[in-house]
Amino acid sequence: MTIKNLVRKPGRTTVLTLLTAFLALAVFGGSVVVLSLRSGLNSLEARLGADIILVPSEAQSKVSFQNMFLQGTTGAFYMDASALDKALEVEGVEKAAPQTFLASLKADCCSIKIQVIGIDPEKDFTVQPWIARSLTRALGDMDVAVGCKVEAGIGEIIRIYEQRCKVVARLEATGTGLDTAVYCNMNTMNQLLKAAEEKGVSHKMASGDAVISAVYIKAKDGYDIDAVNSQLNSCVRKATAVRTRSMITGVSDSLAGVSRTVTILIIAVWLLAFIILLLAFVLIIRERAREFAVLRLLGASRGMLARTVLLESALCGLLGGVTGVGLSALLLFPFAQLIESALQLPYLMPDVINVVWLGLGTVLLSVIVAALSSVIAAYRLSRVDPGSALREGN
Amino acid sequence: MTIKAEKISKQYFRKTGSANYFYAVSPLSLEIRAGEVTLLMGRSGSGKTTLLNMLAGLLAPTEGRVWIGDTDLYSLDDKALSRLRSEKIGVIPQSRSAIDTLTVMENILLPAKLYGKPLPAESARQWMNELGIAHLQDARPAELSGGELRRMAIARAMIQGSDILLADEPTGDLDDENTSLVLSAFRAAAHAGKAVLLVTHEKDALNYADQVYHMSAGVIQPVDQNKEQS
Repeated sequence: MTIKNLVRKPGRTTVLTLLTAFLALAVFGGSVVVLSLRSGLNSLEARLGADIILVPSEAQSKVSFQNMFLQGTTGAFYMDASALDKALEVEGVEKAAPQTFLASLKADCCSIKIQVIGIDPEKDFTVQPWIARSLTRALGDMDVAVGCKVEAGIGEIIRIYEQRCKVVARLEATGTGLDTAVYCNMNTMNQLLKAAEEKGVSHKMASGDAVISAVYIKAKDGYDIDAVNSQLNSCVRKATAVRTRSMITGVSDSLAGVSRTVTILIIAVWLLAFIILLLAFVLIIRERAREFAVLRLLGASRGMLARTVLLESALCGLLGGVTGVGLSALLLFPFAQLIESALQLPYLMPDVINVVWLGLGTVLLSVIVAALSSVIAAYRLSRVDPGSALREGN
Repeated sequence: MTIKAEKISKQYFRKTGSANYFYAVSPLSLEIRAGEVTLLMGRSGSGKTTLLNMLAGLLAPTEGRVWIGDTDLYSLDDKALSRLRSEKIGVIPQSRSAIDTLTVMENILLPAKLYGKPLPAESARQWMNELGIAHLQDARPAELSGGELRRMAIARAMIQGSDILLADEPTGDLDDENTSLVLSAFRAAAHAGKAVLLVTHEKDALNYADQVYHMSAGVIQPVDQNKEQS
């Protein structure tokens, strides 16, 4: 009878289902966005992987680190490679790894400029673990690993400053600008720098010098990172040490702001939907009093009537929950990149299993909320006085 | 099975003059015996429907007891009372009593369906046939006339009430032909051993009754049938 009631009262069923669908859409969609932002930030932190980054003093005036890491803005700055050794001499520095940046011209693999990042696979502790997930060996000369948003498949040859580089790995998504970068070893980078210079793009401070763009530093356990940072600033000339946390503080703050807004919106939508559902169920008490009076007349107990109302509302909740989650998924997943560029924050979708759990949780929550909002109606209808109800409708 | 009302009354709150309460049904005792048709007549507002609801287990009396066989109806909890009503008492209310989302056949089988009992489809078809609504079994209540709805409710009660039939104006929406048909059906049900109470204005019903009561302002009095018919 419950199913028949729902099917044969399509107007009522549709309204209740749409309300819960709206609820589920907001909760699932909002949660996926918040989770994606959080996992984007975690990913960014993991990719930066260092406590401190040492860069040339003029670097910060040349390029915004935040834009470089988040939106993939290309940029390059250089300092003498000896900065690595000087950094390693500072007390409290556990590990230090160099990276060299090169902003390409338009490579034939890409429609936009790309950032080329040279690493030393033996010393690197930030990018290498990430590369190791996709490539079991070290990057060879003229091999490149590409971020997931670079349009080049494994085995393809891409040209950077007319140098042919072979794509040997595609890296997992990070949800940041690092996804648009190309990674190579230092030999390859030196060759690319030379080729760039031949093309008239001068990158070096002075021709022939060994250069690097940044030194990624991990502080020893027990050492105050701020103190190590200060030491680096005073010991390494023409370089500035920047704490990675401060680099992502802005991102973290923006993310916290977006998360807070989305969370408030979710709570507001829940409250609103709950109140509307509550009112909707209360309003149908009068409409259904006669129906329930007849059921009492025919021998239905109060418990049976209450169960009928709760079951009907739970089914509406189930239907609405599935619809809302489905609609939300249809909007979120195909347009993930659009959302990412609109938010301008690291955005990494949760994996399928988490999404499935989140979807199931949202559906369950929709069922519970729908059932809860019908409790008053269930109570009132189960206590309907058949004599009066039938007479009123006479 | 007999229904016995023992000094039952129903009071409602209504401020009239110095009194705060009034008797919709004044204390009365009544026996509706198995195998008999009992007629309850009286003006609108005299308390007939209130009395019927109390006898049906739908409205607890302010005082007194209602016995069905050896069972004190209002000593039962809601679950047991509902089950007893489902199994023993067929009620035909004065007003429309169809569930709009179900077909005529589904409405008739609903009491059995509520408790997951085997559906008496064959019996339902027989009663629908007898009451002239067999062709409407798949129709929805909204497609039926008042008289057809009334006959649907009668068919449902005939199947549901294995022992007792309580009908409130069962011939209200019926023409002469169908009135005779329905009254004969109640008579037959009494012959089959059911206790039947008809609340009606229908004078023809007197021809089918074994005992007749008249109700006025909550008070019932037995009526001499011969005198009434003349």
